[in-house]
Order: sequence, then structure tokens, then C-alpha cells
Amino acid sequence: MTVYVKGVVFDGVDFDDPNSWNIDAYIQRGGYAALKKIIAEGITQDTIIAELKTSSLRGRGGAGFPTGLKWSFMPRSFPGQKYLVCNTDEGEPGTFKDLDIIVNNPHALIEGMIIGGYAMGITVGYNYIHGEVFAAYERFEAALEEARRAGFLGDNILGSDFCFQLHGHHGYGAYICGEETALLESLEGKKGQPRFKPPFPASYGLYGKPTTINNTETFASVPYIIREGGQKFLELGKPNNGGTKLFSVSGHVNRPGNFEVPLGLPFSELLEMAGGMRGGKKIKAVIPGGSSAPVLPGHIMMETTMDYDAIAKAGSMLGSGAVIVMDETVCMVKALRRLSYFYFEESCGQCTPCREGTGWLYRVVDRIERGLGRPEDLDLLESVGKNIAGRTICALGDAAVMPVQGMLKHFRAEFLHHIEHKKCIVPGY
Amino acid sequence: MSDLNSGLSPDSLAQIDREVAKYPAEQKRSAVMSALRIAQVEKGWLSADTIKLVADYLGIAPMAAHEVATFYNMYDRSPVGKYKLTVCTNLPCALSGGAEAGEYLQKKLGIHYNETTADGKFTLKEGECMGACGYAPVLLVNNHTMCNHMTPDAIDRKLAEFN
Repeated sequence: MTVYVKGVVFDGVDFDDPNSWNIDAYIQRGGYAALKKIIAEGITQDTIIAELKTSSLRGRGGAGFPTGLKWSFMPRSFPGQKYLVCNTDEGEPGTFKDLDIIVNNPHALIEGMIIGGYAMGITVGYNYIHGEVFAAYERFEAALEEARRAGFLGDNILGSDFCFQLHGHHGYGAYICGEETALLESLEGKKGQPRFKPPFPASYGLYGKPTTINNTETFASVPYIIREGGQKFLELGKPNNGGTKLFSVSGHVNRPGNFEVPLGLPFSELLEMAGGMRGGKKIKAVIPGGSSAPVLPGHIMMETTMDYDAIAKAGSMLGSGAVIVMDETVCMVKALRRLSYFYFEESCGQCTPCREGTGWLYRVVDRIERGLGRPEDLDLLESVGKNIAGRTICALGDAAVMPVQGMLKHFRAEFLHHIEHKKCIVPGY
Repeated sequence: MSDLNSGLSPDSLAQIDREVAKYPAEQKRSAVMSALRIAQVEKGWLSADTIKLVADYLGIAPMAAHEVATFYNMYDRSPVGKYKLTVCTNLPCALSGGAEAGEYLQKKLGIHYNETTADGKFTLKEGECMGACGYAPVLLVNNHTMCNHMTPDAIDRKLAEFN
């Protein structure tokens, strides 16, 4: 289920119409108008990047980095080949927004990437799509074909000198490829093991060439910003948190789904849109930004707004906008055990602290859950966490540690009860 | 009959050619993920011989293709049943019946995770996040077909389709 209140990414999409994704429907609702305007009016690269800066669009993949700033890093006068890459390798537990974008409005993403290519002087792009959503990959390929036939993609776009080729590339089951340098390795046909940074992709990216990588939702927001203006986009949200954001709400709610709402919406309103708590139960905890974000108790969330700054102030991260809601029946030890297993399973094995440490975290949480916990285990978890965080090439290590730290900070008593009484306070998931 | 003798079908090779065309001429290696996927669809799984076929076709070292086949978890390096069912049990799905879906399937098929039914029809796998948490419980059939809202009733109906 997808709902949008104020549409940017899903502007005008009819979710009941199975043909709403195609190019004719997209053009009818104003699609490709931004690209046509750029070509017809000869809008400069600097003007496009300035418009993005005005919009205050921040990267929607999780890091929240200002998009206009990122685009300005690209060496536009670089004489050789440069690449534009979209990250649709959406595998962070709780996140399922990019899937809905590709299935329901793929041309918004394609138009956003074409504009990106134009603004940064790039002629080739790839979209890396999560392997598990193979139908979405096929949908994207079909949409690309439509765009090529219509003259929006390829050589001499709309009769101009501007050329841009775009291709789909699928993953095949590796969470780590959502990390941008692992994604580049994978795109080169290798194991998805992250690279040291620096050098950053803007100077050494795909095939060693300057590369800009953005998330699906980020690119899909660009046509609106060019069409309607950066100021209008900014005003949809709040200062420093421009625009709307897709929130993927999952867990114990009546209507899980994606909700496109203005940044800064109170969490309580988002919860209401998702139909409230399933079975009328009491809210216990929320992971507000995907499984890597520290958990927050329900009562803190009920007083928080959904934007980058407010969630950071509350002690977590907005991340990719994946909101996992848990009611009073959830055993936090069991919940953490499942998440810790995930990071253990998905560690690429390159850095020792992560490869070994994620196993330690999982095994210790697992033994607490099974009633075999020891009094010193919570200190041990904290110590292992400290020896992973900040000591690895990429952020997967940190991502494995943050859920543990969040759980121990807010639900320590529940873990102690497990260790002492060898059982849960509450029944389970 | 070994895979080396049987090769890949003209249709598979044509599909691989289309993937290769996406990348710079000197970067055929980039097509290895698609090529392995295409080979797996044709052969049912990836034997060492099939992996070598793909590597030879792309002009890369067999080990380079083998590294990819072993790193990504949707490649099957041993035979699987006619229908490989992968159920997501990660936390968001588990909160909406993902774990129960996995347990129900184990009971219904009489196998545990990573096992295949005696008739070779079904293999059951426990998967990680598929990026479809809002549609939980989700089940992936043969890597490419996602089935949403897989409650026990829906699982019964889905399994009946395979009979």
C-alpha cells in the first residue's frame, strides 16, 4: 500500500491504475517537462545545482547528505568518462520505498538521472537494483526502453548535443552492496567488498572514474524540484529538511506501507495514517530509520517529528525512513537477536572487527535469549561494540553496533531480567 | 552429462550478449552477475562447470566468476528443488507473521530450512531482507517471483498452484 499526502516522488500517480507507471501516463502528469525545459531553455549546469541547493534536498538513502553539494563535487570539466549511479539496492530491514518508486513511477527516477547526467556532464549511468525484487528490475528495464524510444535517453536527447545512456544492473543477494563502494565493486562484476575512502567515488568511482551515486528517492525528487522550483520543494518540509519523504512503516500497525509526507510531520500523525497500533495494543518501541538506527521507546517517538534533525535530537537517525513499530508484546532480546543475526550473516568478511565482532554480538544476544546469559554479558556486548565501531572500512560494523547500543540504553532492564530469570518478560515478536 | 558438453543454450547466450552490451567493451566482467543468473535459470543451479562456461564466455578467470557465485546468496551452488521457496524472517517481517510463515512451510512440506522434499519438488530457505517489509510475510519463489501477504491460507493456495 502506498499513500501520498503531498506528492513529489509520487506526484499524480494513480495506484489503482496498472498502467500508471508507463511513459504516457507519466508525461500526462507533467513528466519529462523538467527535462524538456532544461533542453529548450538551455538551463545551465550551475543553475540546476543551485536549484538543488535551494531545495535543501538531502540524500534519501540514509546518510542525509545535501544533494546539491554532492553534485557540485563532481569535476565537471574532467576530460575522460564519468559515471552516474543510482543505488536501488534496498535491503536495510524495514525499507521498501525504492521498490514502490520503481514499480509505480520509474520514469521519475529516469528523468532525475538524465537531469543529473546533464548537470554534471555525465554520459553514462547505471541503476543497481536489489536482486530480490527482480520484477522491479524488469519494470525498470521496460521503462528504460520506453524512454529510449521517446528520445529522452540515448544520443542527442530531444535534438540537443546532450547524450546520456542509462542501464539497469541487478544484485543477487548481498546487503553490503547498498554501501556505495561495495556497490561499485559489484557493478564491476566483483565481490561486493567496500573500498577504503578516500579516494571518494567523486574522484575514483566506477572503473576508477569520477562517479556520483545517489539513492532512488533522491533522483526521483529532482524532476519536481526543476519543474516547480527548489523553494517550493523546501517549503513542503522545514528548513534544512526540505521536501517530502517516503516513510516505510512496518511492524505492528494496521496498515503497513509507504507514506509520502512532508518532512517534519509528527510521528503520532504518521502512526495514525498507518492505521494506528494493530489490535489497539500499546506502543513499546520504534526503530525510526531502518534496522541500523538505534531503537527509541514509544513515548519518546510520540513526541518527535519525522525529520533528520528531530530524530537525531531524540537519539537516533532518520536513515532511509524505515519505521519499524513494535507493540508491548515484543521481547526486545528476541528482536535484537534477529537483527544481530542479520549483520552477522551479511558482514562481507573483509575487516576482522566486523567479521568476528558481528558473530560475537549475535552469539551473546542469542545465549541471553536462550536463558544462558551471564551477568557480565551486557558489559561484554558493550566492549565488543566498542571494538567494532569506527574500526572497519565501511559502516556495516557501526550499523551492527547501533541496534545493540540502542537496546541496552533504553531496555537494559529487560536484558537483565532475561539473564537473571532465564526467560522473557513478554511473549515474543 | 556434464555441463561443459551441453554448453549454454543460444537463448541464454543471446540474453548474456544483451547484458554485456550495457558495459564498456573492456569491462565485460560487469556482466558476470547477470550471466550467472541467466545460466542458473537454464541449468537449475550453478555447478563448477557451469560457472566455468560463464567465465569462458566473458573471457574472465573461472575463479573471478566463482568468487561472485559464492559471495551472493541467490546463486545456488548445489541442486535445489523445482521450486525454491525463500521466506524472509527478518524483524519487520517477523512482526507481521514472517517467522510463522517459515514454521508453517516447514511443517507443511515436512522439511527444515535448507532441505529439499524427497520428490525434489520444493527447497525451503530462510532469507534476509528482500526490501518488501510492507507486504509481509513475503516469499520468494525461484529467486524472481515475490509473493506478498503469505499467511497460512495464502501459502496453501500458493502451494496448490504448484501441483
